[in-house]
Amino acid sequence: MSRWASADPASSGALLSVRDLKVTFPTEDGLVKAVDGLTFDLRAGETIGIVGESGSGKSVTSQAIMGLHRGTRAMVEGQIVFDGRDLIKIVDEDLRRMRGRDIAMIFQDPLSALHPYYTVGNQIVEAYRVHNDVTKAAARTHVIEMLDRVGIPNPQKRVDQYPHEFSGGMRQRAMIAMALVNSPRLIIADEPTTALDVTVQAQILNLLVDLQKEFGSAIIIITHDLGVVAELADSIMVMFAGKAVEGGEAEEIFYEAMHPYTWGLLQSMPRIDSEKKERLVPIAGNPPSLINPPPGCAFHPRCAFRDDARLGCSSVIPEFDISTEHPARCLIPEGERRAISQAKTKTRTA
Amino acid sequence: MFAYVVRRIFVGVIMLFVMSLVTYLLFFAAPSDPARYTCGKNCSPELIEQNRKALGYDKPVLVQYGEFVKGVFVGREFPDDPELKKSAPETIASCPAPCLGYSPLQSATVTSLIAEAAPISISLAFMAFLMWMVFGISGGIIAALYKGRFADRALVGSALVVYSFPTFFIGLSLYIFVAIKWQLTPIPVYTPISEGGVGAWLSGLFLPSLTLALIYIAGYIRLTRAFVLESMGEDYIRTARAKGLPQRQIMGKHTMRAALTPIATVAGLDLGALLAGAIITETVFNYNGLGKLAVQAATTYDLPTTVGIVLVAAAFIITANIIVDVLYAVIDPRVKYS
Ligand SMILES: Nc1ncnc2c1ncn2[C@@H]1O[C@H](COP(=O)(O)OP(=O)(O)OP(=O)(O)O)[C@@H](O)[C@H]1O
Ligand SMILES: [Mg+2]
Repeated sequence: MSRWASADPASSGALLSVRDLKVTFPTEDGLVKAVDGLTFDLRAGETIGIVGESGSGKSVTSQAIMGLHRGTRAMVEGQIVFDGRDLIKIVDEDLRRMRGRDIAMIFQDPLSALHPYYTVGNQIVEAYRVHNDVTKAAARTHVIEMLDRVGIPNPQKRVDQYPHEFSGGMRQRAMIAMALVNSPRLIIADEPTTALDVTVQAQILNLLVDLQKEFGSAIIIITHDLGVVAELADSIMVMFAGKAVEGGEAEEIFYEAMHPYTWGLLQSMPRIDSEKKERLVPIAGNPPSLINPPPGCAFHPRCAFRDDARLGCSSVIPEFDISTEHPARCLIPEGERRAISQAKTKTRTA
Repeated sequence: MFAYVVRRIFVGVIMLFVMSLVTYLLFFAAPSDPARYTCGKNCSPELIEQNRKALGYDKPVLVQYGEFVKGVFVGREFPDDPELKKSAPETIASCPAPCLGYSPLQSATVTSLIAEAAPISISLAFMAFLMWMVFGISGGIIAALYKGRFADRALVGSALVVYSFPTFFIGLSLYIFVAIKWQLTPIPVYTPISEGGVGAWLSGLFLPSLTLALIYIAGYIRLTRAFVLESMGEDYIRTARAKGLPQRQIMGKHTMRAALTPIATVAGLDLGALLAGAIITETVFNYNGLGKLAVQAATTYDLPTTVGIVLVAAAFIITANIIVDVLYAVIDPRVKYS
């Protein structure tokens, strides 16, 4: 029984319990295992960060939780227990009623995520009225309040404007207002700041934190930048090639990372205090094939420790022990990893 | 917006002038002698000379063009001879404004020829437009909704079949089978509303406009299907689903609004091009519209009529372009003209 994932989702007390989630896309080249056995818990009001490079399956995971793969060729297996109900088994109509009301989503690119032909107000009013039996006028008043709350100046005027009349940061604020309009218990933010200027990114993240306190929502925040979740998240899950490779509390991931992939991610983080813009050190190599993953540890072709013959990285599949508080999917003995981790943390924070 | 419309109309008028000058030069500056084609088989050298003078072909081309433009605004007379008008007024053909020229072959002003033919072509075009918009768009939406299933394959397949048949074949088949053999409709004859009322007008138009519409229906099924499918894959449709909207609202409001907007543009331009006559359909059904008039004029070297029809066609297309652009600013909030 760990905080990371309890044995029984029904008794975990978590708001969301994902168990052995698998999302597979049949394609002409074969089965793409975009998400391959994901397990984690999220308690009410808490924040989990899902971190990983492009193509690691973060968005596919979030869309699975929203049930957005329904009606497509994607195959979704496992359990997604939200508030005691398995979202994979639930009928379409029940899921539709929960979308936007209990679980809301903020997308990466607010310009393409908003309809170009309808005013921002129209789109938020619609999100509110589909779940609340109120008049248009009442909904509009509520929406103007929400726009004001997310820091959009002059909301009376803005409510009747079109998305293209908003700046990028304002559009994302409007998206956040749309997500929060029904006070959902879970917000999934899929790279909410990637499309924005660096200065605006921090404002949006701060806004999310403030609103979370006010509304008490749990948040899944998805990003490829560990820095984004540094202060926001209670726990962090690091994903690689559709699998979790490390999970734990945010502090643990930052100061006691136990996986070579996480070390790489930490190293490629921009230093906030650095004077000149240093070139980031991304993890060398390309994401592995999701159809025919490499034998053994999927990360081994890019791992600095792969040549240690004693470990058998290219043949032995490493385990991910979800019963522990801080699991990591790695063949290097734990003690050695701890030592490496300490050394790396020291040079990084020095 | 108003300033934009005024500017567009101004530019459109200039375009018409340029078009008319180019057409004029092309036809009348050609190495052949335009006067020789003014009297058909019974031409004698005297008659040719007489017509040359009457139509002004003996003057320099630019002077002729100047007289043509003047005629459009104030009308003119053939021949423009005040002496003759006093002595023998019956030999003078008067051509009131807007005068697009005089066709000695048809002994009529081009304006009157066009005025007679235009209602037929315009009726045909609008009828066909109505049919193809209704059936093409609804067919396209159904095909997109049932993508990959039977309804989709059937619609796209039959669209392809229709597309690969020439119009004269479709027209003749409809004529022979529907009207003559099976007698499902009366023999299509154009009857103006003023003569036979709306009923006769409609029943006369049915087969020719169906012929004309079929190829457009086929095209619009494919076009609409593509636009709807593209729209269904957009991020904002995913947002609409994530909001918990019912499927009907997602399709009816979000998808259709985005998919049908570009179709309005294409449809306006297609209609504009059709107004100037559908040559094959009018020929098959023996409708004396602008298309048939154009063919007749071209095959008999009736130069004044040809120039007139080219200008009217250009005017239709330029007007359609302006209307479509203005319409676009109305239906797409991102488009603002200043
Ligand atoms: N409909 C689909 N059909 C086939 N493969 C898909 C489909 N959708 C996603 N994938 C694949 O699944 C993998 C994971 O995609 P996903 O969008 O979840 O990545 P991500 O972690 O969100 O990356 P990014 O940081 O770029 O957003 C990718 O390799 C992608 O190509
Ligand atoms: Mg993504």
